[in-house]
Amino acid sequence: MNDQNHHLDTLQDIKQMMERSSRFISLSGLSGIAAGSCALVGAWFANDYITTYKFETGPDFNADRGEYIFKDSGSLLFNQLFLIAVITFLTAFFLAFIFTYLRSRKTNTPIWGTTAQRLMINVIVPMATGGIFLLALIKNGVYAFIAPGCLIFYGLAVLNASKYTLSETVYLAYSLILLGVINLWFTEYSIYFWALGFGLFHIIYGTVMWWKYERDN
Amino acid sequence: MKNPIENLNKNFDSRVRLGIMSALMVNTEVNFNNLKELIQVTDGNLASHIKALEENGYIKVQKGFIGRKTNTTYSATKAGEKAFKLHLDALEEMIKSSK
Repeated sequence: MNDQNHHLDTLQDIKQMMERSSRFISLSGLSGIAAGSCALVGAWFANDYITTYKFETGPDFNADRGEYIFKDSGSLLFNQLFLIAVITFLTAFFLAFIFTYLRSRKTNTPIWGTTAQRLMINVIVPMATGGIFLLALIKNGVYAFIAPGCLIFYGLAVLNASKYTLSETVYLAYSLILLGVINLWFTEYSIYFWALGFGLFHIIYGTVMWWKYERDN
Repeated sequence: MKNPIENLNKNFDSRVRLGIMSALMVNTEVNFNNLKELIQVTDGNLASHIKALEENGYIKVQKGFIGRKTNTTYSATKAGEKAFKLHLDALEEMIKSSK
């Protein structure tokens, strides 16, 4: 019996070593919470702009195309929304990095080791592709699919990343993709879908991860 | 009935060696410092286990440079992968038979 336990421990050791050497495990739950909070604040500001704009010009919703038509001041609105999006993304990324950096110091793993590099490459490729695609949408005035596009491409990036970091990220990925796909048919509520996906889902994911891995440290 | 203990490989009978082999099974190559961080051992301890595995032909060593600093990476040989898999199978057998 004792012998059996010893062998089980050995197998457990091996499994852990394979995981630790091939995945970036320092990703902190607090990073998710921070990024999600940024997204909610960003969405709140964006919603403010959108409603102000709607109030000034009257509802101009094109049901056929499922999007608001932005006339003259539309480009201004999009410039401001774009600015909010960029600031939100940079702040979220910065805060996420800080918490993960602190965790990596604690767990004694290099922040820029092989596993981190592999993770970054696998996130950046789908994210950058999505970014370029969305810029092309903006350029052609197809605003309706920006929010679902963000959710879908980011979801795919996280799905790709899930093989190189904590495996639980796969649930976040599936939720984001599903939400993005549903959003395609309800583009008039895009801002809420966006806030739900980037805000709430990240906070839930982050909280669960923090509870599971970091609480007692 | 054959004794499954026979199939356990003495060469893998240490936490450090198991760690080295596990890391090299899932990565094409790993350098010395990464192995050290993963397994949390001293330089000397790790080096001696690496040497033993290398002498058995289970891992191979590539010496290289990053700038002017030496960067030695390790990877598992075909024989090493095979031996490690057999060792894992033997472990599995042991656990099953003692149930």
